[in-house]
Formats: sequence, structure tokens, C-alpha cells
Amino acid sequence: MSQANGYTAAHSRLQRVLHKLPLKRINWGRQLVISMPFVWLAVFFFVPFLVVFKISLSETAIAIPPYTALIELEDALLNIKLNLGNYLFLWEDSFYLEAYLSSIRIAGVSTLLALIIGFPMAYLIARSESRTRTILLALVILPFWTSFLLRVYAWVGLLKKNGLVNDILINLGIVSEPIQMLQTDFAVYIGIVYTYLPFMILPLYTALEKMDMSLLEAAEDLGCRPFQSFFLVTIPLAMPGILAGCTLVFIPAVGEYVIPALLGGSDTLMIGRVLWDEFSLNRDWPMASAVATVMLVVLVLPIMLLRNRKEAE
Amino acid sequence: MTSAKSPVSNKNPLTAPAPDLWRDPDARPFVFFDGVTKTFDDFTAVDNISLKIYKRELFCLLGGSGSGKSTLLRMLAGFEQPTQGRILIDDVDMAGIQPWNRPVNMMFQSYALFPHLTVEKNIAFGLKRQRLADVDIKRRVADMLDMVQLGHLGKRKPHQLSGGQRQRVALARSLVKRPKLLLLDEPLGALDKKLREETQFELINIQEELGVTFVVVTHDQEEAMTLATRIGVMNQGNIVQVGEPHDIYEYPNSRFVARFIGSVNLLDGRVTEDEPDRVRIRCNDFEPPVYLNHGISCAPNQEVCVAIRPEKMLISHEPPAQTDNTCSGVIEDIAYMGSLSVFRVRLDSGKELRVTQPNISRDSGARFTWNERVHLYWDVDSAVVLTS
Repeated sequence: MSQANGYTAAHSRLQRVLHKLPLKRINWGRQLVISMPFVWLAVFFFVPFLVVFKISLSETAIAIPPYTALIELEDALLNIKLNLGNYLFLWEDSFYLEAYLSSIRIAGVSTLLALIIGFPMAYLIARSESRTRTILLALVILPFWTSFLLRVYAWVGLLKKNGLVNDILINLGIVSEPIQMLQTDFAVYIGIVYTYLPFMILPLYTALEKMDMSLLEAAEDLGCRPFQSFFLVTIPLAMPGILAGCTLVFIPAVGEYVIPALLGGSDTLMIGRVLWDEFSLNRDWPMASAVATVMLVVLVLPIMLLRNRKEAE
Repeated sequence: MTSAKSPVSNKNPLTAPAPDLWRDPDARPFVFFDGVTKTFDDFTAVDNISLKIYKRELFCLLGGSGSGKSTLLRMLAGFEQPTQGRILIDDVDMAGIQPWNRPVNMMFQSYALFPHLTVEKNIAFGLKRQRLADVDIKRRVADMLDMVQLGHLGKRKPHQLSGGQRQRVALARSLVKRPKLLLLDEPLGALDKKLREETQFELINIQEELGVTFVVVTHDQEEAMTLATRIGVMNQGNIVQVGEPHDIYEYPNSRFVARFIGSVNLLDGRVTEDEPDRVRIRCNDFEPPVYLNHGISCAPNQEVCVAIRPEKMLISHEPPAQTDNTCSGVIEDIAYMGSLSVFRVRLDSGKELRVTQPNISRDSGARFTWNERVHLYWDVDSAVVLTS
């Protein structure tokens, strides 16, 4: 009994000492380096978000900037006016809900398509010889050398009524009339998948490249047919890459504005477009801010939290 | 219960007589390579090999890198197809049979444990593909874990295990499906020396207990000598000699084998007398003839090579009584290894010979010193004559 107590006492003393030790010599240079990303995130992400959030709680006004101030000091009277009307309106008008759901649908389908197209490409790159691998990787990254806007405009040229794709289809006799491709959801899917495919391929490639090929032989040796070993070994081992790639495609695709604006039709409803319309056409900055805040809180935060939990496991 | 019926069940499996079927010319081979050739582009990895491996053998394929030993093993597993010839396992031609349909399991050099699965799930992996009942899978996995003494680590992931533990998981995983034939690719390669020695005997125990036929690939001659019932020495896609460890060591059939297994002194010479009961060879490096108490049936005056193992040479200060099988030189170097001493003796011709002497008494290592003239001699049955 007493011996056990003595031990516990000694142990806790030791722990106190051990806890104190590193505190005595803080390496400030190291702390600075570690804190840099956090400072960056705070200044360029969190503070702007707070500004947006602040605007979302104000009312529109014909002024510059076009919204009312939250805090006013008037005759020694501090007025704090928080306007929740924008959020209530978001909830009441089904248009916004539809826009959110439609964005999620379009982004979700695009992510799935990018995964289905990107996985075989990443697999091929990871399994090719080192020289071909470098060339293939360069080809994946090459589109980034051209402006994103130009590349989306290029698709307009390809998909329009008298564009390249329709010309080929008509000349081959597959269709007699040009197909309406531009200004449809189809064109939006093409645009998103095309634009974000590299963000899917690169993390997938990294995950697949690390995989030991003898694991597949081991799976076959233990009775797996190739498609079984694909699902039982390749997919689980590529899972970190799949999650990273899907996040990297899904999150920006949800808020995408340029692609639905240029390639989509008037009925292609995406939250990025709604946001832009509120902001520039209606000059309703508070409403636009509310839309943006809800998008961040409802869509992006859950995904981030989910990922953090996955990584913790 | 089953072990009582098994012919190899023995209180002490290590001393159980090996079922030396290979000495019986009528015995049915379990694995039969029939004129197998494998070429990759313009490189011939395996060159027209015919080889018979029998049931319950622990057959070692021994060779340097690029000798074709791994290709031979991968053809048994089904990862490579022979370019020519056929492979029979238990009388079934393996041509066109995919790896997942073969009665064969393999233990990979890298172990190839699935990093995303626990030890238990790694071992159960093959059983689940057989669609066994969950109860049976559980029992067999538990039995296997007990056998490799890892019962307490079943819930760990491979990266939480030591090298030796991983090796045993890999062994358990490859044995749990009860294959007729187990292939082991450098099974002890990644272990440190002490662990290797322990594991070697464990492997032999398991092999004799289960009665599975093992084919082991290794580049380590010591490993092959301890493990194998028979060794096939490979060089440049060919099997140059097949035999029991003792035969391979004592009666190598070529310079390559003699040099590859253990160390050896090779002396070039010319046959001067070849009778059924004796042969005399005049060596290029010293006067007294080499005399052997058996004939070798070769052409008169043929150039041959005499191979003598260092431990079969004796060393003394005084000239020996015998006039054959002796030469003299100066001690150039001494390595004291504890249990034995190694002497490098330079003959008058400039040739250097290696002699080892067991240190039977405490001061026997100090009996000889540098730059001393010594006489070397050996018995009439110590040397081997190599014609190739």
C-alpha cells in the first residue's frame, strides 16, 4: 500500500519535472515557422470570413458600401442592429434551398465522374515506367499553364451548335441535326470534370504509387481474382487518395460560378451563380453574404470535420 | 487426433528421419519441371530445367541474384508462365491455371502483408475467399496464431509488429489455407542473424509437423544447408547440381558449386595415373602428387581441378609421414575466430591456400605464427577432382 503510494508520488513528481523541461527552452524560430500557416489562414481566410459574416447581418442600403452599419454610436447611444432577415429569407424562399441542392447534385455527380475517369488514369501513371510517368504527369498538369477562363471558353467553341463536336457528329452521319449541348447541365458536367480532373488524379496517383505490387500478387495467391483484389486491396489502400481527390473536386465544384455561367443554361441552378447575381445584379451584399456563409457552414465545414476525424482514426 | 495418424508425428520432429523419396527411382514426383524455359525479351532467366521435387521435401533453390531461382518459384505460383516446357504439381499440368486456382501458397520476400488489415484479418484473408463458415475461419486463424506464437497480437496492424513477428504472420497466412505446396522467397532474408537461426529450426519443425512440401528460394548457402532436405544450386538459369546438403558440400560437381558453397582451395593439375581404385594428379603448384583412393575415369593427361576444403587440410611444423597429398608454404595471415583459426598459407609457387584448424585446446591457436614455414597435408579421401 505505502509502497504503491510512494511510487505514485514519485511518478507524479517525475511527470511534473518532465512537463516543465520543454517549457524552459522554447525555440522561438521553430514556433514562428509552425505558426506561419496559421497566421496566413487567420489573416486571409478567417478575418475575411468574419467580414462576410458581419455584412450578412446588415441590411441593404443605397450607399457606398451598399449596406447599413451594424454598430452605430448616436448621441452617446450605442446601437447594435443585427438583421437576421437574410437568413430567414434564405429559409423561407425555396429557391435558395433548390440552388443548394442542385449545386450539391451537380458537384456530387461531377466528383463521381472525375473519380471514375481519374482512377484508371492515375493507376496507369503509377504503374508506368519512370520515364513515361514523368511525361504523363506533365500532361496532367499541362492545362494549368493556360488560363482557366480560356479553357472553359474553349469548351464553348467545341460544344456550340456549329462547334467542332457537332460538326464531327454530323459528318460521321451519327446525327442529322446539331445537338443542343451548350447551355445544358451536360456541358456543366463536362466543364467541371475537365477542369478539376487533375485535382483528382494527383492525390490518387500519390496513393497508388506507394502501393507495393506484391500485395496484389499476395491477394491472387490467396485466392482472389483480379477484380476481387482490386476491391479488397487496391481500393482500401487508395482510400486516402480517393478522399483527398473527392474533397479537392467537390468543395470548389459546389461553389463554381464560371463554368455554369458560361456553359450552363438559364435553368442550371448553382449556388455560385445565385451568389453572383445577388451581389452584382441585385446589389444585395447582405443577402449574398448570407448565401456564402450558409454555404460554408452547411457544406464545407462538415466535410472538413469528417476528414479530420478520419485522419485521427 | 490427426497427428496420431500422420507418419511424421514424432516426439522430436527435428530428429525424425526425412522421407527421402528422391533416393527411390520409381517414386512419383510431387512437383515436376519438365524442360522448362523462361525468357524475358532477349534474356533467358530459366534455361531448359528439368527437376523433380518429392512430397514432404524441403527443397532449397540456391543461387546468386539473376540465377533464375525466383523465376522458377514464380512459375510455380503462377505469376509467370513458362515459355517452353511444362510444370506438373501433383500430376496436374499447371499450364493455364491461374494463381488463385493453384493448390499453392507463397510467402513473399517482402512478406506482402496487407497494411490496412489486422494480423487476424491478414491470416483470414485466404479463408474468406474460400467462403468458409465464420466459425471455422475463426478457429483456424486462432490455431495458426497459436502455432506461430502470436495469439496475443491478433488485433495489431502489420506496421505495429517487429520484423520477426511480421515474418511469422506471413508464414501463418501462407499456411492457413493448407496448401499442398508452400513457396518461400528468401524467408529469413530480412531477419537478423540470431533471429534467423531460431526461425530456421522453427520452420523445419512446422514443415515436419504439417507434412507440407516446401520450396525455398535463397541466396544464403548457410540457410540452405540448415533447412533443406535437398538443394538445387542454380547458375545463369541452369540447375548445376541437385543433392542433399552433405553431397553438395562434400562432392561438388563443378568449380562453381565448390566455390559457391563454403570456401574451397582449387588446384589445377594433370592426371598422371587413373586406375579404378586410385588416381594420381600432378598439380601445377607443388611437387608431391595428389593421390585419391578412387578412380575418376577420364582421359589420360586430362587437365583437372582438385578441390580441397580448408578444414580437411592439416597443418604442422614437421614434414608429415606421407609422401603424397602434401605441400609446404609460409603462413601469410592468421585469423583467430574463437572456435577455429584460419590460416592463409602461401606456397613457393605463389599460390595461396586457406586452412582452418579447430581450436581444440586453449593454446592451439597460438601454436603457429606469421612467416613460419609449415607443411600442409590431407587424407586420401579428402580431395575432390573436378573436371568442369
